Amino acid sequence: MFWTSWFLAILAVALAWPVPVFLARAAWPARAPVAAMVLWQSIALAGGLSMIGAMLCYGLVPLGDNLASGLQGLAQIVVGRQSLDTLGLVHAFALSAAALLSAHLIFTLWLTFFRIERQRRRHRDLLNLLSSPSIDRPDTLVISHQAPVAYCLPGGSRSVTVLSEGLLDLLSPEELRAVLLHEQTHLSQRHHLLLWSFAAWRSALPWLPTSKLAQHAVSSLIEILADEVALRSVSKATLVTAIALVASGSAQLPADSLVADNAAKIDTPETTSARLGRLLAPAPALSAGRQGLVVAGALLLLALPTALLLVPGILA
Amino acid sequence: MATLGDLERAVMDLLWEHQEAITANTLRDLLTQRTTGDDTVAARPLAVTTVLTVLSRLEKKGLVERERSSRPHRYHAVTSREDHTAELMLEVLGSAPDREAVLARFIGTVSSGEAETLRKLLGR
Repeated sequence: MFWTSWFLAILAVALAWPVPVFLARAAWPARAPVAAMVLWQSIALAGGLSMIGAMLCYGLVPLGDNLASGLQGLAQIVVGRQSLDTLGLVHAFALSAAALLSAHLIFTLWLTFFRIERQRRRHRDLLNLLSSPSIDRPDTLVISHQAPVAYCLPGGSRSVTVLSEGLLDLLSPEELRAVLLHEQTHLSQRHHLLLWSFAAWRSALPWLPTSKLAQHAVSSLIEILADEVALRSVSKATLVTAIALVASGSAQLPADSLVADNAAKIDTPETTSARLGRLLAPAPALSAGRQGLVVAGALLLLALPTALLLVPGILA
Repeated sequence: MATLGDLERAVMDLLWEHQEAITANTLRDLLTQRTTGDDTVAARPLAVTTVLTVLSRLEKKGLVERERSSRPHRYHAVTSREDHTAELMLEVLGSAPDREAVLARFIGTVSSGEAETLRKLLGR
């Protein structure tokens, strides 16, 4: 139990700092976006699990040799059959910290979900009043504004893609198709769920480097994935032109200074030129074998803390 | 057949056109006048209770305010259509912390230098 807790603590520290820093600097994730996405999720989950698990195991050391017997001992204390003194102050502190951290993580996930839902509902209410449905495309709304914007608002069966009049004026039909394919991929692949969980992870542990790096990495990976799907149906030149046109158009916004000022402050995870560069000079995709290796490694990473916690007697 | 959403739009359009607050009765009359021209919305005359339902929905959404000082109550839009459009665009283009999770944009923000380079490359 004691060694289990130390091992979990080492794993937690590794996943909180050096591992995500290395992964964020690596170039290969762009060549294997799906595998990289799985790995980031595994790092986040395994990191959280080993953080909580380390404190839990350490707290239970005086009560049993493994998680099951330790928890039994804890139950005995809670119902009053065993004195609290068997636990000791330090171990009781570790147990409380484990409980607090778990509650904090779950509560933040829940809170982030409701905050995002509320913002989406407000946005949808306004859209319903200010936009008109596109004549020739289902689930598409057109908003009367000169800035060329395209985005999707997820919401189950009420998911919509929103285009501005400025965008429709700017793009050719084929370029517009590229934009729509890109946005529909975000919706069909449920990218908002990934963004939600990583946004929650970041607001739960804002001081942890991994949470910020993970959020940035995930938001650029979903752009790669959406671009990849769009490229199956439109030519690369079309997509590149569409990206460049929308990007240069939104930078020369009208005198709407409030919008422009705010837009300038965003810390974008990745610049548009990096995205264009990758499209223009693509690195070959990682071989299937290597991608499989990454996914297997990710699953192993998640299995490690789980096994340490649940299988009795792996480490004494 | 008019949905509640269509009616909400029609009511908001009227409230945005009128500077001063108006009653549900006046709104009903204006809506009926507007719809007799083209028969898209109401085949049968609109009941005042329907208008009141729509108004209370809009009030809950924070788009309409009710003036309770006089009877019958008068209603007015909280802000102009332009302000709401600006609010919407600010959410799309702006830097709210959870923006990326709320909605996914085709393009992130570009710096003006970057945009200049892109325009040159495109030759437009």
